[in-house]
Amino acid sequence: MSAAASSRSGARFWTWLSVLVLAVLCLVWIYPFLWLVSASFKDPLEIFSKGLSLVPNALRWDNYVRAWATAGFSTYMLNTVLVTVGTVLLVIFHTSLTGYVLGRYNFIGRKLVIGVLVATFIIPAGFAIIPIVDLTKTLGLLNNRWGIILALAGSGHAASILLYAGFFSQLPKELEEAAVVDGAGFFTIFGRIMLPLAGPVTATVAVLTFLAAWNSFLIPLVLTFGAPGQRTLAVGMLAFVGTNETDWPGMAAAATLSLVPVIVFFFFVQRFFVEGVAGAIKA
Amino acid sequence: MSLSHSAIRPSIRRRLWADRWIYLFLLPTVVLVASYTIWPMFASIWFSLLDWNGFERAGRFIAFGNYAEIFADRLFWNAFANTVIFVVVAVPIRVGLALLLAVVLNAGLPFSRSFRTAIFLPVVTTAAILGVVMRFVLDPASGPVNEVLLQLHLITQPINFLGRAGLSLYTAIGVWVWKWLGITLIYWMAALQTIPADLYDAARIDGAGRWQRFRYITVPLLTPFTIIITLITVVEATNVFDLMLTLTNGGPFFSSEVIDIFVYRQAFAANIPRLGYASAAALLFGVCVMAVIAAQIVVVARLRRRVAEQ
Repeated sequence: MSAAASSRSGARFWTWLSVLVLAVLCLVWIYPFLWLVSASFKDPLEIFSKGLSLVPNALRWDNYVRAWATAGFSTYMLNTVLVTVGTVLLVIFHTSLTGYVLGRYNFIGRKLVIGVLVATFIIPAGFAIIPIVDLTKTLGLLNNRWGIILALAGSGHAASILLYAGFFSQLPKELEEAAVVDGAGFFTIFGRIMLPLAGPVTATVAVLTFLAAWNSFLIPLVLTFGAPGQRTLAVGMLAFVGTNETDWPGMAAAATLSLVPVIVFFFFVQRFFVEGVAGAIKA
Repeated sequence: MSLSHSAIRPSIRRRLWADRWIYLFLLPTVVLVASYTIWPMFASIWFSLLDWNGFERAGRFIAFGNYAEIFADRLFWNAFANTVIFVVVAVPIRVGLALLLAVVLNAGLPFSRSFRTAIFLPVVTTAAILGVVMRFVLDPASGPVNEVLLQLHLITQPINFLGRAGLSLYTAIGVWVWKWLGITLIYWMAALQTIPADLYDAARIDGAGRWQRFRYITVPLLTPFTIIITLITVVEATNVFDLMLTLTNGGPFFSSEVIDIFVYRQAFAANIPRLGYASAAALLFGVCVMAVIAAQIVVVARLRRRVAEQ
């Protein structure tokens, strides 16, 4: 065998060895999810009898019925959907408005607004929680979904604003000038021309905000201490295992219910999301 | 409006009036950021000077009493040390492992997209729910991890990953790396794509091996990304409330209690909440984090200047 051929087959060996190692690693990585789905269909004895088989003896849908109806996950799901949708809409609304004027207009106080927004990147988030609870109480929104939405939409969206501002600043000036000639006002220009053009930015902001709101925990936790009916999925999950410590299949069914929507969502927007994150680090 | 080019420079008041739409557009963000970011910062400083249980409308002013108590509180320093251990151990593992994976996946292996998706899966899911789930997966009596280790004869006794003091913090670090590795992987893959392929080709022609190409091309060109990725990861490692509360709740016996959990316990999980004391602890730690970040930025700027001068 010639030296070149042997080095080529050596390279192929290393390639397939890497693939094998990676495949094992990925199996380990997703194993908790496989175990979770499998456990959600088993009966308790099957889990405790220490079988490692991922295929349940029979599909026990009653675990899901128990989690959904008895344990209140139908309510938690509704709360999570409402809080997430409300937060996404409010964030798009306020970040696009601010991004628009920062990106296209020069006005007194512009530098101050940008400076404050950049400064919010550096301030650790942990500071804020006690005053946020106090503020929510003062507003009379404790144990209320609106209190959660405002708190989630109110902090940590400087990146979205700067994303909008960067996009709007690149659009040609003639766009407004033509619209002004046609008699369009400030609101019409924004609502009819600018916001529709910013579709890709809106999509990125919506996806990132959706994931952050769906997965949020501390804010919904501390704002719903007094109202189990207002809990989100993440908060409800902790409460569920606190009172049903031995109900493994019920826990697994509840966790699967909570994770499936966000995983399905992710598979639909994956490409988009990965590119958005990658773009952020390059910039 | 600033778009119209008026010849005369209008007075400030007229300019403000002409730009009233702009300020109207800014209003929602200004109200939200002022209420939920800026006000909390100043409120924290004020709260930290109070003895306040949250049941009464206002607390009692005790000046620096909370700070004096914190400096003598062994549990605060325990939490502080745990957070430092978390950062020092978890950040290099996450950043290094992700870089290794990114280099391997970037080499154009078959199935590399599927691998990336699998590693990324935990990133999009809810940390608080994964914390609960991993309690069951790592359970010493019936959890699958111990079962696998026992069947492979790697251990003879089940390991109590989360229930043993001295081990639970490191288990939590492992779970945290598992949860977030995918996002760091994406960062590194994006960074690697900025390196032109001809550099590697040229080095290969010059006879550079795989390691040499990594050492003399990849590593130097990745330096700016290394700094920013490490910085992001350090900040994230000081912010692990969701996972830690649901996974260990700081236990057993405070052995995995990080600062987030300490603050939460003082403010929300105690029989008599101590909002002032918790604020002081959060503030003290927040100032430390900001100081570390500022120091990193200063050092990096100085290094850059030195490199530029050479």
